Amino acid sequence: MKAFTYERAATPAEAAAAAARTPGAKFIAGGTNLLDLMKLEIETPRHLIDVNRIGLDKVEDTPDGGLRIGALVRNTDLAAHPRVRRDYAVLTRALVSGASGQLRNKATTGGNLLQRVRCPYFYDTAKPCNKRKPGSGCAAIGGFNRGLAVLGTSEACIAQHPSDMAVAMRVLDAMVETVKPDGATRTIPIADFHKLPGTTPHIENALEAGELITAVTLPAPVTGTHVYRKVRDRSSYAFALVSVAAIVPSDGRARVALGGVGTKPWRVESAEAGDDAGMGKRILAGAKPTTQNAFKLPLAERTLTAVLADARS
Amino acid sequence: MMPTSTAFDVSRRGVLAGGVATAATASVSIAADAAPQSAPASAEPRVPVTLKVNGKSNRVDLDPRTTLLDALREHWKLTGTKKGCDHGQCGACTVIVEGRRINSCLTLAVMHDGEAVTTIEGLGEPGDLHPMQAAFVEHDGYQCGYCTPGQICSAVAVLDEIKAGIPSHATADVAAQPAFSIEEVKERMSGNICRCGAYANIFDAIADVAGEARGARA
Ligand SMILES: Cc1cc2nc3c(=O)[nH]c(=O)nc-3n(C[C@H](O)[C@H](O)[C@H](O)COP(=O)(O)OP(=O)(O)OC[C@H]3O[C@@H](n4cnc5c(N)ncnc54)[C@H](O)[C@@H]3O)c2cc1C
Ligand code: SF4
Ligand code: FES
Ligand code: FES
Repeated sequence: MKAFTYERAATPAEAAAAAARTPGAKFIAGGTNLLDLMKLEIETPRHLIDVNRIGLDKVEDTPDGGLRIGALVRNTDLAAHPRVRRDYAVLTRALVSGASGQLRNKATTGGNLLQRVRCPYFYDTAKPCNKRKPGSGCAAIGGFNRGLAVLGTSEACIAQHPSDMAVAMRVLDAMVETVKPDGATRTIPIADFHKLPGTTPHIENALEAGELITAVTLPAPVTGTHVYRKVRDRSSYAFALVSVAAIVPSDGRARVALGGVGTKPWRVESAEAGDDAGMGKRILAGAKPTTQNAFKLPLAERTLTAVLADARS
Repeated sequence: MMPTSTAFDVSRRGVLAGGVATAATASVSIAADAAPQSAPASAEPRVPVTLKVNGKSNRVDLDPRTTLLDALREHWKLTGTKKGCDHGQCGACTVIVEGRRINSCLTLAVMHDGEAVTTIEGLGEPGDLHPMQAAFVEHDGYQCGYCTPGQICSAVAVLDEIKAGIPSHATADVAAQPAFSIEEVKERMSGNICRCGAYANIFDAIADVAGEARGARA
């Protein structure tokens, strides 16, 4: 691990200001992704700003009947929150399908949204990777890419977004609240938060330098059966090959987002209109699979069909 | 027995400077900058960290890179907690911090300044075993024993998590209070890998402590 200096921020504003003041600074929350990558020297921050004691660790009701989730709320606490379990069960189910009990006790809402890809070549510093080293090439295209994305890919990068939580948040129309180093705040819809790789796969989200996530808000709950079905190589403690987050009313239009298949959490609102039987094909339209990951298309379609059929029955 | 004081002195110096290789380069650059011999490299000052480990508070000055796992093993000399993967993948390093199990390899000691840590040594010791430790012995919940401290710390926390009503992937109705079942235990223990495959006996031990008969001894 490269050397860094360390400071503990006391407030969100102080954390954002510190990030702007110190070149090469990064926030550290749970540390479960950042420290993993720092040990491998894939991330090499020169300064760490510990945001664990800035507050933002509460889940609160909003005036419009929704929820505001502080950026430092742990994945365990969010999954176990009574209102989340009752009104936003797709989120609880997505959270508990991710990582392990130990990791969820540390992982935070903000950190989970910002976790980096699991592409084997991103992790292998001996290999070219446009995300890790812009312009170096992509070893995954033409390499071992069975787990990688089929949607939203580019010539520069085909890595899938690994978060389960973010897929549920996409189906729930979450909003990401932030504060910038100058104190300005803004709200970014989850659909615009994660970026497609395009020609700049190292730019992964809408945040500016030093911008801190303060909360994620959810609108008032949507009624219907809340489902998160995750298909993976083993039945626990593994990332998704394909996952489906869905809110399915007894009759009427279902909301659906897919994980494991896209370079960001994948939702196509226009595909949700029309019959259930054709929804998979409509969502997966434009997919560009490789020979190794082409299996994800029928797997996603069948998983979605099963989720909808079970929920409607 | 190894002369432990020497062994610890060596590894402590290595860890404080972030490993032997970087210790060598750090001292070269200090010499090149003609920094005064006594001053530590200014780019990486030590930070004071106080932890309450197994009920006793202690302060040490650490390189900020020191993980909680390395701090416990190299500075507190509590080697019960094991390093398996050092990347959050195996659970061997599981300890209980402020009442919650975490992977001590994926967190910095300095992030836990002022907090209470319980390691396998703090749960119980020979002659005064924690019921979970006794059950692992009774049910042969190990073979080589390397994963065992992490398994036991995790298992103690798992039973608390079920009691506290925290849902899991195995919970059918996430809005309801979860109940003890072997499926719940298997899912909740999936972050602890046992290379020897002692799982069947581990689950028997946990079921025993939870007051549920299970397996051949049922
Ligand atoms: C073995 C293993 C298995 C896993 N399996 C899964 C899985 O199945 N599904 C899944 O979804 N995830 C999985 N994960 C990933 C896990 O969910 C993430 O590591 C975790 O959510 C990251 O949260 P954190 O708080 O620890 O982030 P950190 O590591 O602290 O931070 C991650 C990034 O976010 C930035 N950051 C953190 N908080 C903020 C903030 N408030 N504002 C701005 N920037 C911020 C940091 O600077 C850093 O760049 C797994 C991880 C491991 C190690
Ligand atoms: S797919 Fe993306 S992350 Fe993987 S090697 Fe290519 S550029 Fe890097
Ligand atoms: S050593 Fe920490 S999880 Fe493996
Ligand atoms: S007992 Fe050997 S790894 Fe579990």
